Amino acid sequence: MAAREEILTALRRNAQPGAPRPVLDGVGAKFPDLAARMAEAVGAVGGTLVRVPDLPAADAALRALPIHRDARRIASLVPGVGAATFDAATVKDPHELEGLDLSVLPGTLAVAENGAVWIEGARLPHHALVVIPEHVALVVAVADIVPDLHAAYARLDLAGRPRWGLFMAGPSKTADIEQSLVIGAHGARSLVVLLVG
Amino acid sequence: MSHLATLKHPEAAARFAADVPRTHWHDESLWFMRVKRDRAAAQVPEWERLRELAQAIKAYALANLPALLEQFEKNATAAGATVHWARDAEEHNKIVHQLLFAKGVTRLVKSKSMLTEECGLNPYLEARGLEVVDTDLGERIVQFRNEPPSHIVLPAIHLKKEEIGELFSQKLGTEKGASDPKYLTEAARGHLRQKFLHAQAGLTGVNFALADTGAVVVCTNEGNADMGTSLPPLHIACMGLEKIVPHAQDLGVFLRLLARSATGQPVTTYSTHFHGPRRGSELHIVIVDNGRSALLGRDPYRRALSCIRCGACMNTCPVFRRSGGHSYGVTVPGPIGSVLAPAIDARAHAALPFASTLCGSCADVCPVRIDLHHQLLAWRGDLVAAGHGSTGKSLALRFTAWIFASPARYALAGKLARFAMRVLPAGLMRLLAGAWGRQRELPVAPVESFRDRYRRTHGRA
Ligand code: SF4
Repeated sequence: MAAREEILTALRRNAQPGAPRPVLDGVGAKFPDLAARMAEAVGAVGGTLVRVPDLPAADAALRALPIHRDARRIASLVPGVGAATFDAATVKDPHELEGLDLSVLPGTLAVAENGAVWIEGARLPHHALVVIPEHVALVVAVADIVPDLHAAYARLDLAGRPRWGLFMAGPSKTADIEQSLVIGAHGARSLVVLLVG
Repeated sequence: MSHLATLKHPEAAARFAADVPRTHWHDESLWFMRVKRDRAAAQVPEWERLRELAQAIKAYALANLPALLEQFEKNATAAGATVHWARDAEEHNKIVHQLLFAKGVTRLVKSKSMLTEECGLNPYLEARGLEVVDTDLGERIVQFRNEPPSHIVLPAIHLKKEEIGELFSQKLGTEKGASDPKYLTEAARGHLRQKFLHAQAGLTGVNFALADTGAVVVCTNEGNADMGTSLPPLHIACMGLEKIVPHAQDLGVFLRLLARSATGQPVTTYSTHFHGPRRGSELHIVIVDNGRSALLGRDPYRRALSCIRCGACMNTCPVFRRSGGHSYGVTVPGPIGSVLAPAIDARAHAALPFASTLCGSCADVCPVRIDLHHQLLAWRGDLVAAGHGSTGKSLALRFTAWIFASPARYALAGKLARFAMRVLPAGLMRLLAGAWGRQRELPVAPVESFRDRYRRTHGRA
């Protein structure tokens, strides 16, 4: 604890108080059609968006996609969407998820400006379900689209919330070799957002 | 940092620039990033307002750093994380090693962390028998080559795909001569997947630490931070103490700026918020000072602590683009690195604030509006005053000042210069003009000076 005290003492000595607390107003993206913008934004980050009227339609749309048709191991955390081949909640060790072809996960919130979808950790038995599968499908309601990240954080109310959560925008990617964009670095090779409503 | 080049920037840069086509290629690669950043910024009408807010939030955070860190510690602990404090690199490395040792960890996967690079964590752990695998593709490439990253966002930007293909054919058994980025990335994916599956612990950096929730936020495009932390039962997150932001709400501002400034993307693919450990695992957060608290007390340099490590100042810097990140000899290169390094060791890094044209492009793109070029100029004054200036340069300047102080000496110097330029061979004149003359043609000397001409046409001086 000597380190802690020493660091805090040095900081107290050197910090220059007086900077006003900024007020985050006057910012916020505006879009006439949130769903249309969301589709565009998901495309821009390398994903695809499929608009469906309800969950049964989401299920049908997903089953028609090659990522589902060709999948041998599927986990679904969205009841009624995708043909889960096992119950992910019964998996004890996340290492057992290696070899997973498709995860179908609930999205809590969608951000129209950048195409990101919030995945709430408390609703998933394993964090690895987000990154370990070959493909990811996110199911999110039209009503849960917000224009931008300011609105997203206002709704998320992270304070005091346990566990983890993340914004996922498109599939995993890298451009570390001569800046050529390659999709599928470590995580999902493709991402489909099923927008319901 | 001992493994970094010990050459001074001018010499190292000259070596880099000696390969003209390659310098040109490097320059263009980085400029391409700058263009993408411009395009992304232009799509956000309130971009400048966001930058002002980011600057203000960081200023507020720095002003209240001790209280915010305590608040962060309290909330992170309440969420189930364990918080550690390290005064310097050595203490940081010890803490990390002890955590790993206590769990019997011999295989560690890391996602990008400039802080652990700064602390020299990898060699420290390797010397103690651990396997340390950097999992960001660019970082894995430079780790294979036994060299530091040359850029904080694009660690392998100095390498051509053919060189990476050659490297991978040796290290990963890819086909000889193959250099397709897709093929090489796929090979790395397979290789690193095995490393993830067998790792006993994952270490990440921290992009933002939220005082009001106790969360650490990590942003990646590849998903390596999520892979590295979601499998093994131990997650160690290492952060410089300046990573604190007061509220989760503030992330709206920073995440809108960060990826756009860095790569021109609207947001990173994965922006993961860790509130305590996941079920069945441990989360340890190491808060590191290593010179930061001292920098907080130094005007005007304290603002450099607002940096969110986007790399935009490097991509736009005409000197960085043409000299390469390695030429700076420090973990964080480019304009921001040239401000940070002399604060740690003024003598060793005295050349860096001079590695700038002071054009101000860095300050124009910086998402938190650090006045980088003013800081570089301030350093020049401070370094020369402290006796770290180059002797040649200060002698030349003193001599010039002496000439300029007297009209007679000035007139005489002009005459001598015009005479020399007429009679001496051009090659010799270029030598006399020093570094400036190396890539330039000298102008043709006028026959008479303005003063002579005025006297001739108006009859008197
Ligand atoms: S100084 Fe500014 S532009 Fe440079 S890396 Fe830091 S935040 Fe980015």
